[in-house]
Amino acid sequence: MKSCLIVDDSKVIRMVAKKILRELSFDTDEAEDGQRALDICKANMPDAVLLDWNMPVMNGIEFLKELRKLPGGDHPVVVFCTTENDIDHIQAAITAGANEYIMKPFDSEILQTKFSQVGLL
Amino acid sequence: MRPDDFDVIAKILKERSGLVITPDKAYLLESRLTPVARKRGLKGLDELLSSLRTAGEDLLREVTEAMTTNESFFFRDIKPFDQFRSIVLPQLLQSRAARKSFRIWSAACSSGQEAYSLAMVLKEEAARLPGWKIEIVGTDISHEMLDKAKAGLYSQFEVQRGLPIQLLVKYFKKNTEMWQIDSSIRAMVQFREFNLLHDLKPLGQFDVVFCRNVLIYFDQPTKSRVLENVSRVMPDDGLLYLGGAETVLGISDRFKPIPEQRGIYGLNRGAAAAKGVGSASAGR
Repeated sequence: MKSCLIVDDSKVIRMVAKKILRELSFDTDEAEDGQRALDICKANMPDAVLLDWNMPVMNGIEFLKELRKLPGGDHPVVVFCTTENDIDHIQAAITAGANEYIMKPFDSEILQTKFSQVGLL
Repeated sequence: MRPDDFDVIAKILKERSGLVITPDKAYLLESRLTPVARKRGLKGLDELLSSLRTAGEDLLREVTEAMTTNESFFFRDIKPFDQFRSIVLPQLLQSRAARKSFRIWSAACSSGQEAYSLAMVLKEEAARLPGWKIEIVGTDISHEMLDKAKAGLYSQFEVQRGLPIQLLVKYFKKNTEMWQIDSSIRAMVQFREFNLLHDLKPLGQFDVVFCRNVLIYFDQPTKSRVLENVSRVMPDDGLLYLGGAETVLGISDRFKPIPEQRGIYGLNRGAAAAKGVGSASAGR
């Protein structure tokens, strides 16, 4: 079973994402900011990260840059999932090492097609 | 809904588009046609249906369009486009090397995502195609869908259904809340109004035909007729793509599955040679 770390400061979004990912047979873990997510990755590197952009303590893009520096940090497939929906943000995410990008609002179909495009399904 | 009203709408749809609607799908009439009724100032579906017997061309056309409009995604099912890039395209580059041109048809193209997905594949492979002339033609019976396809404007939901983010960044611009596909991609595709049940010859010959998730809406004789018509606008080595839930088996002997390439069909040479001789079972 593949693992996915859900990183979002909204409890509701984490719940929705968790439900969809469980249905897609993922083992899920959750973090409410980038720093918590980084700690989890250091202890146990996931196969995938679903990543919000705007969060307290450490935001998504800072987390991603730190993640990619970690040993084994190139392993997780990182899919941004954010309300930021302009080309500049998307471009910055790709440059920082994101594999895919979901613009909120999203539904299970979007999440599923994005995950299958990056080979997670 | 009165049963004879249902029969009337079913007959109209069958004749005009080939769409077969059975009583268990009657709920589709409700969801698709209520907006049409409202737009016309009619009370609801029943009033619309009872007015159909005496309806003019405009309303009949609008009703047919509303019932046949189907969802479309970029790179739907992914695999057919990978096959196109890695198997079909190299074959075409070899077999059409002398004339350096080929034509692709996206049949029942809806809002254009399939045709544009192919255009993006070809654009990405442009380095292998210097001096090649490639035509992509998208056809549909719906005005409304063709207008949308030509504009190349898609909602945030639509651009996230199947389109890899790298291609969104590369080929789309954000236009307030909508995303518009680049004019260089739009220029690669021609969209035309066309009914699959009509004579297809005016469209010319197509080396590759995408007719995916179209036959599923037709009854058996209509499926056979459409496949027969399509076969007549393809060269002997032409290729046909059908949807994942579709097949030619037991429907037409004009086509045969290409071994190991799921969803792709080639012309059955035996049957093609017998064209016009009226062989019903030969070549199966």
